[in-house]
Amino acid sequence: MSRFFDLFRGMLGAAPTKPKKVSERVQQIMVHKYEDKERYVKERLHARAHQNPSHKWRNRRWIVLSAVNLLFVVSFWLDIQILEGALTASRFVGFHMVDLNSALHVMLAHKHVIVNLFIGTFTIFLLWVMLGGRSFCSWVCPYHLVSELAEKLHLMLVKKKLVTDHEFHRGTRTVFWVLFAIMSFVTGYTVFETLSPTGILSRALIYGPGLALGWVSLLLLFEVLWSRRAWCRYVCPIGLTYGVVGSISPLQITYRVEQCLHEGDCRKVCLVPHVLDVTIKGRASEETMGLGPDCTRCGLCVDACPTDALVYEVKGLSKLL
Amino acid sequence: MSDHTTPGSKKPASRMPLDKAQKARRRFLRSVGLTVGVVGISLLGYVPVIDARPPRLRPPGALNEDDFLASCIKCGQCVQVCPVQAIELGDIDDGFGIGVPYISARDQACDFSCDAVQCILACPTGALTYLKPASLEISAGASLAKPPVLKAKENDPEPTLNLKERIGVARLARPEACLAMHGKGFKGQARGPGFKGQMRYMDVDRWKPIPVRDHPYDRELCDLCFTECPIKDAIRMVSFVSKRGERLARPEVLEQCVGCGVCEMVCPLEPAAIVIDARAPWKEELA
Repeated sequence: MSRFFDLFRGMLGAAPTKPKKVSERVQQIMVHKYEDKERYVKERLHARAHQNPSHKWRNRRWIVLSAVNLLFVVSFWLDIQILEGALTASRFVGFHMVDLNSALHVMLAHKHVIVNLFIGTFTIFLLWVMLGGRSFCSWVCPYHLVSELAEKLHLMLVKKKLVTDHEFHRGTRTVFWVLFAIMSFVTGYTVFETLSPTGILSRALIYGPGLALGWVSLLLLFEVLWSRRAWCRYVCPIGLTYGVVGSISPLQITYRVEQCLHEGDCRKVCLVPHVLDVTIKGRASEETMGLGPDCTRCGLCVDACPTDALVYEVKGLSKLL
Repeated sequence: MSDHTTPGSKKPASRMPLDKAQKARRRFLRSVGLTVGVVGISLLGYVPVIDARPPRLRPPGALNEDDFLASCIKCGQCVQVCPVQAIELGDIDDGFGIGVPYISARDQACDFSCDAVQCILACPTGALTYLKPASLEISAGASLAKPPVLKAKENDPEPTLNLKERIGVARLARPEACLAMHGKGFKGQARGPGFKGQMRYMDVDRWKPIPVRDHPYDRELCDLCFTECPIKDAIRMVSFVSKRGERLARPEVLEQCVGCGVCEMVCPLEPAAIVIDARAPWKEELA
């Protein structure tokens, strides 16, 4: 349970800590891993030599993300009415679906509990409990996709030493979550919605482009030139809202310390590298560990890991099978 | 991305904490800057409010403007169901009105060709609603005295529209230009061949709106605002005789006007002689 709260605090911005107690099995594994240095080096080289650079999960994810957003678009354009509305609220073959963060802000601004929204928010809540909370971010949010492309550009410029990444405190996102909630309540306007690139892009795809895309371009430019993935990492309250949902989700990325060579490829590709703190030598306390609620389940680390130490898992299901 | 530090690293131990503290301080200041920056930018949403721009014409059944902006979830489901595509969504220059539906009546008015006010039906939050909850106030001059009768449904068992409030009121803004006031007729396409607006014509097809340009008119005395008005008893033509003995007429807006904007759309003059004042109350003296 304490790990649950540690991970939750980590999502809110706390720095990861070293484990107080490492299980005996993990201690054995670590001793075994490093007792024969020659073998360890050999294993590393072997893993590298046979590494099969894969983009399996990224490609699957991009296909799903595009498909979901395209379904919104064609539902309107071709009038096939499968998924009507936008990411803030929609109907899927008639069933209401309402984004949790949007519903919260509408109710805070309106100062009414809107009963009409209950079914839709509950459906979405259940959906993302099943599918992993922040998986909304990496598998559905259109800004995530364009931001991923901007990130590639950013990393290229960093490599050429033309720009440097400026990190912010991860707790900033928690501050924003609270501030946006307060602003909605105090001003009576859904202030966050005016800025949200998720809503803007979703509506631009479905209803046509507008000036708001200029704001999204500025955000991307900021991420390319100044700070890697800044919006998703340090600002977006949607991510934190779904993160909270994901804290009770059975779908997770599981880390298996025995397979790990502690080289850190996974942390280099991750949107939220603090969730991969367990992959640092000496940080794992159990043989298998979930990465926690802030993980977007994007699978980049699964693709990057040369030794399959990181895998998708549905908690409980693997024990059953 | 701090990798594990090897114990016994060669850097002088005394310098490390200082650098770390300095780094942390800079990161903290940057974070404060980001917070202030983003909050500042978000408050730019107030620009249209401070600007005191005239209100947008909202779809029928919209709550009062402040409640409407607050409760609209910006999903555009109302846009998707409108058979004449009258509804557009606000852009970022609308500030907090981003993603909020509005109607540009001159380009495409709401002609109620859906019969049941589908946009209200589609709204997931009740920002567009048939019946306001008791807790929300009805602004003065917004309630309709009696349910509006839809001319298209006049012979149906239930001819009324389920609307309690108007979204605006029509006003003869340029009486000096109005064709009827000059005793002039009108012949041809109401808004010219390039106009893309559509309307439902009962004598053409009850269920399929057609472009206004495909339905030319021929009137001895122009009365398009009166004949094309979808609501019964919302406007009438008052005949009078000029000093020179000509037979003239003046359109007079009546209390049943809901503010749909069809009169503004079909008015053949440029700019329109009759316009909708969005969110305007009904005032006796207007008549």
